[in-house]
Amino acid sequence: MLDSLLAYPQEMLGPLWPVVWTLAKILMIVVPLMLCVAYLTLWERKVIGFMQIRIGPNRTTFFGIRWLGGLAQPIADGLKLLVKEIIVPTGANRFLFVLAPVMAIMPALAAWAVVPFSPELVLSNIDASLLYLLAMTSLGVYGVIIAGWASNSKYAFLGAMRSAAQIVSYEIAMGFALVGVLMAAQSLNLGEIVRAQQGGAGLFSWFWVPLFPLFLTYLISGVAETNRAPFDVAEGESEIVAGFHVEYSGMTFAVFFLAEYANMILISMLTAILFLGGWLSPFPESWGVLGAPGFGWLLLKAFFVVSSFLWFRATFPRYRYDQIMRLGWKVFIPVTLVWIVVLGAWMQTSLWIWWK
Amino acid sequence: MFWFFAAVLVFAALRVITARNPVHAALFLVLAFCTSAGIWIQLEAEFLGIALILVYVGAVMVLFLFVVMMLDINLARLREGFWSYLPVGAVVALLLVAEMALVLAGPYFGLVEMPRPESAPAGYSNTKELGRLIYTDYVYPFELAAVILLVAIVAAIALTLRRRKHARYIDPARQVAVRREDRVRIVPMPVEKDGDQA
Repeated sequence: MLDSLLAYPQEMLGPLWPVVWTLAKILMIVVPLMLCVAYLTLWERKVIGFMQIRIGPNRTTFFGIRWLGGLAQPIADGLKLLVKEIIVPTGANRFLFVLAPVMAIMPALAAWAVVPFSPELVLSNIDASLLYLLAMTSLGVYGVIIAGWASNSKYAFLGAMRSAAQIVSYEIAMGFALVGVLMAAQSLNLGEIVRAQQGGAGLFSWFWVPLFPLFLTYLISGVAETNRAPFDVAEGESEIVAGFHVEYSGMTFAVFFLAEYANMILISMLTAILFLGGWLSPFPESWGVLGAPGFGWLLLKAFFVVSSFLWFRATFPRYRYDQIMRLGWKVFIPVTLVWIVVLGAWMQTSLWIWWK
Repeated sequence: MFWFFAAVLVFAALRVITARNPVHAALFLVLAFCTSAGIWIQLEAEFLGIALILVYVGAVMVLFLFVVMMLDINLARLREGFWSYLPVGAVVALLLVAEMALVLAGPYFGLVEMPRPESAPAGYSNTKELGRLIYTDYVYPFELAAVILLVAIVAAIALTLRRRKHARYIDPARQVAVRREDRVRIVPMPVEKDGDQA
């Protein structure tokens, strides 16, 4: 069915077809992602509202339909930011100032190229996709430091310095957590990693059981990597106004915002894929529809993780900077190192039951 | 594609040494790393290409930028030593040019051209092959390199470590162990009369 539909444009475009088709596939990922980001901001405000016993956004609607109250909020916010003036401060480095938001969002979107949504559905099924992801997430820090430096503002610069040190530190712990995953899965390919979690025990054959310390480390480092509360010292409002993007207005600010939320969704997606079994169902296969693997399960798991990000934000007070560094270097890195050694020993014995 | 990457790489490398602003120079170095990673990936060395981005662009250059941005560099003072360093620099540059000429003009100097390597088969995993070689055939050199790096890390930390005498160090374990009773005291007080508030 799909093939016959695609035959006509394929013939018409000729040699250009692969380019057009790849671009179309990229759009098919990016457009829903951007919609998810928009509605994640609404969901965040609603969740925090619920937790603090208030209503959250409930005024903006589509065409005045009352029960849709609040649903148009992200659209209204986006429109507002889009039509606002972009102000480049005097003394700012104009080129880098505009380049910084681009550098922030580029890796956040590029990383999606290797995310497997279901057994067959992945844009680019490369062999070293885990490494590629690590490389892409490590590029995100450039947006922050370039923004801080190019703004020519002390607050922005302080925020950028804090954020850069934090991201570089937590990346190490994150990398070690991923080493554990690739040891257990015996592959760097994300699809293979999900398939390695396909055991008979449903929920308990996923990697969060044998790699529990690494799972926690990855989750918390993920919160720190995306500069989210309680690790959001990069934009600590009470100390440095708004951190690295204090000088940005209008759409340039919005792009930073988009990048942060896209990164959040990416980290939750990856947690779901690496530790929570990706598209696999938590129920045994004999349960029919509920037991079948599918995209829905991945979405559900990622939604759960992303909602817990919001939950953390509403619950915990902000860390002090030295405490963040201590947690990263003196707690997480030793924990992951010890667990990698334990895992290596464990995998040599017959007690290791997480094979296909 | 190769020519595109090569052109960008040469341009970025030139800008690294000609850019006036050190931060710009560092950013051009990042661009140079990215394009050379692109060239490596085209040569079917995905692992090396991605590792280059991960290690150099993702970590080393970030720290580099970190330092360069915080320094207040006086350009005039940097230029001062230009003439005194020129002879040494010129010798090194000449050597490099000679080496490159030898490589590029290999056929003229009797160096036999290598045959084009065959494309890797479909199921070939670059990463797996590299890992197998490092941990079997080359395990001793590899571990030697690792130990040298470890020594370097320990030395660097030992050089920069200094104990502050008057720092108020807080023990996190004691902080966590604090209970409410240690900090807050609830005092029962009798209700006061309304009239007292006036």
